[in-house]
Amino acid sequence: MGTAPFDEIMGAGDADGARPELRELCGWLTDTPDGELRRRQQSAETTFRQLGITFAVYGESEASERIIPFDIVPRVFLADEWARLSEGLVQRVEAINAFLVDIYGEQRILKEGVLPADLILGNAQFRPEIAGIRPPHDVWAHICGIDLVRTGPDDFFVLEDNARTPSGVSYMLENREAMVRLCPELFAKFRVAAVDSYPDRLLETMRSVAPRGCGGRPTCVVLTPGHYNSAYYEHSFLADSMGVELVEAADLVVDDDVVYMRTIEGRVRVDVIYRRVDDDFLDPLVFRPDSMLGVPGLIAAYAAGNVAIINAPGNGIADDKAIYSYMPEIVKFYSGSEARLPNVETYRCREPEALRYVLDHLDELVVKLVDGSGGYGMLVGPTASKAEVERFRAALIAQPERYIAQPTLALSTVPTLVEQGVAPRHVDFRPFVLSGAKGVQVVPGGLTRVALREGSLVVNSSQGGGTKDSFVLMAEQGTMTQSMSGIGGGMTQTLRGGML
Amino acid sequence: MRLTIDHRTTYRFTAPQGRVVQLLRMTPRDTHDQTVAEWNIAVDCDARLRQHRDGFGNLTTMLYAEGPLDAIEITVVGEVVTSSSSGVLHGTFEPLPAPLFLRTTPPTHAEAALTAFARETTADRTPIAALHALNAALHERFAVVDGRPEPGLTATAAFVRDAVTTRDMAQMFIAAARAIGVPARYVTGYCDALPNGRPTPHGWADAWVDGLGWIGFDPTLGLSPEEHHVRVAVALDAAGCSPVAGSRLGEGRECLDVEVQVSGQA
Repeated sequence: MGTAPFDEIMGAGDADGARPELRELCGWLTDTPDGELRRRQQSAETTFRQLGITFAVYGESEASERIIPFDIVPRVFLADEWARLSEGLVQRVEAINAFLVDIYGEQRILKEGVLPADLILGNAQFRPEIAGIRPPHDVWAHICGIDLVRTGPDDFFVLEDNARTPSGVSYMLENREAMVRLCPELFAKFRVAAVDSYPDRLLETMRSVAPRGCGGRPTCVVLTPGHYNSAYYEHSFLADSMGVELVEAADLVVDDDVVYMRTIEGRVRVDVIYRRVDDDFLDPLVFRPDSMLGVPGLIAAYAAGNVAIINAPGNGIADDKAIYSYMPEIVKFYSGSEARLPNVETYRCREPEALRYVLDHLDELVVKLVDGSGGYGMLVGPTASKAEVERFRAALIAQPERYIAQPTLALSTVPTLVEQGVAPRHVDFRPFVLSGAKGVQVVPGGLTRVALREGSLVVNSSQGGGTKDSFVLMAEQGTMTQSMSGIGGGMTQTLRGGML
Repeated sequence: MRLTIDHRTTYRFTAPQGRVVQLLRMTPRDTHDQTVAEWNIAVDCDARLRQHRDGFGNLTTMLYAEGPLDAIEITVVGEVVTSSSSGVLHGTFEPLPAPLFLRTTPPTHAEAALTAFARETTADRTPIAALHALNAALHERFAVVDGRPEPGLTATAAFVRDAVTTRDMAQMFIAAARAIGVPARYVTGYCDALPNGRPTPHGWADAWVDGLGWIGFDPTLGLSPEEHHVRVAVALDAAGCSPVAGSRLGEGRECLDVEVQVSGQA
């Protein structure tokens, strides 16, 4: 950790200050008084509170609905940085999809010994119930949120692949709306790729994977567990902005292997379901029999090819932390080339040698539960107390297979408005990648999470993290992107199977 | 051997149901030692039936019935011709690799006592001898009672009892086999050679032996299934391949009645 981390605006922290391309942003930051920045930030947060963009903090009994703090200083990606990053993301998501097709089909990757079979077959995220089902157009991972960290201008590492029901896209959109309203001068200075076409892109993706033979205009819905879910705002926001129905399980019926939605005019056939409920609660006849949230017969309709489910049931095997450490091999196996986006070096504690190393270096490493999320069940060695370290040591010895460990990276920082003024804070990044029947595209933006506490590397909203807008700058005219008026401005798109 | 099967499942509801959706795992497949000569599923109300195949390779039927329904009766009638190959399965449809069946589930998780029993019973034996020993040991240790299995009873909880059902026998075998590193799975089907009592849908186990493949073990009988057994479905545990998984839309309780006739002719 010795040297100063890379600051995405100020550069390597040398005396000359800002990275040349971002001098103007740096100037804006200097010229705008802190009080003014603070006023704008509070205005944004007031809006978010009014909209109800809150989340629930687990383990807190009262007053647990909070908004995630918003930071007014944007994070910026240069056009060429973004182009390279996008190529890596497309490659990764194509590999995730190919992996899911294979693992629930032929299992070539196991037969060829690239992955240890027990890693998949013994993993609860591999769902034998749906093996053999082919989703419409063979697309499984329609919406991926790939969590990245950065240590230098072109040094990105994948921290986590979220291929189940990644959330956070509403922050990308709401943060942008707030920034356009509160800091219009930035959009005059910089050519920022638009993100507001995301709902259209998502709807287009959903329609593209509608079952063949459902006619010209497939009916799409968003399926939510209900208003008590911590991401309910996002569910209703997405349904609203796509102009499709937001439904709960009780609104759907399956008859003769076809899904219908109950409406006041009677049953309407449903072709595509963007579900924000976990696999366990999809269909009580196939998964959890005690689930009241599911739609009985949904998996039969899906197996019959009569409905597309986004993301596909069973995807958990692709983003499981135990699988993560094999992603470089997985990418290489399906794409035929090395992964453009590397993983963070990962010690699999199930392997005795790795476990020994981890136990000897607990104070330097980040230790994670294989099946944990949201920053729970995690040890950040360098900042942990002695007692915490010892607690993890005991847990690791008792059940090593439940843990992985990673070195603490010098995560990049971005200037952030804190109590003392503007100061560097560590960030991570979740871009959203859409996969439809016609190919894979990366939305030019994403969710930047920032650790608001000085020196902290934990960006999770449940652990005191905030968010920032993420600008993707468009290339100069005549190079690769279209102007802002074009619908697809700044989108990176490849054709499935094409070489781009 | 020619086995004739008549299997009636009746649900009676204390209040009329608006809809009933059921997943039936009630159709046997042909194997080398089992030929389905005739098979028919009938429902006593206006219902739509759709054929499927699940991830384990089982043939399933989706049943959709609109209410109001006070009761629903599913009648399965069929005839299967079987032959014997000492319990070793040939020609079964196997979409999943055997090591998948090392996975435990809550009802088939072996805790200390059952694991110790499995180790003691099988110590110093060849894999196939170990499994036969386990099968025989379970058969000797427990009295098998008729009647419906207790919902949710795990293999570990059953192990401390004196009398258990055929389901519990099979789940204890599976839990014990997995505890010693042998892939094992639950099998549902029919048998015309059950000791005393009226016939019921039957359950036993398959275990995997490298070099031989899947082998059937029926701890209720203390034998490997021969031509008296008709295999219908497999899964990780009994609940995963139960003949009916159902859901209904309506108030009240349901009352289940199952009647099975199995008769064999040499």
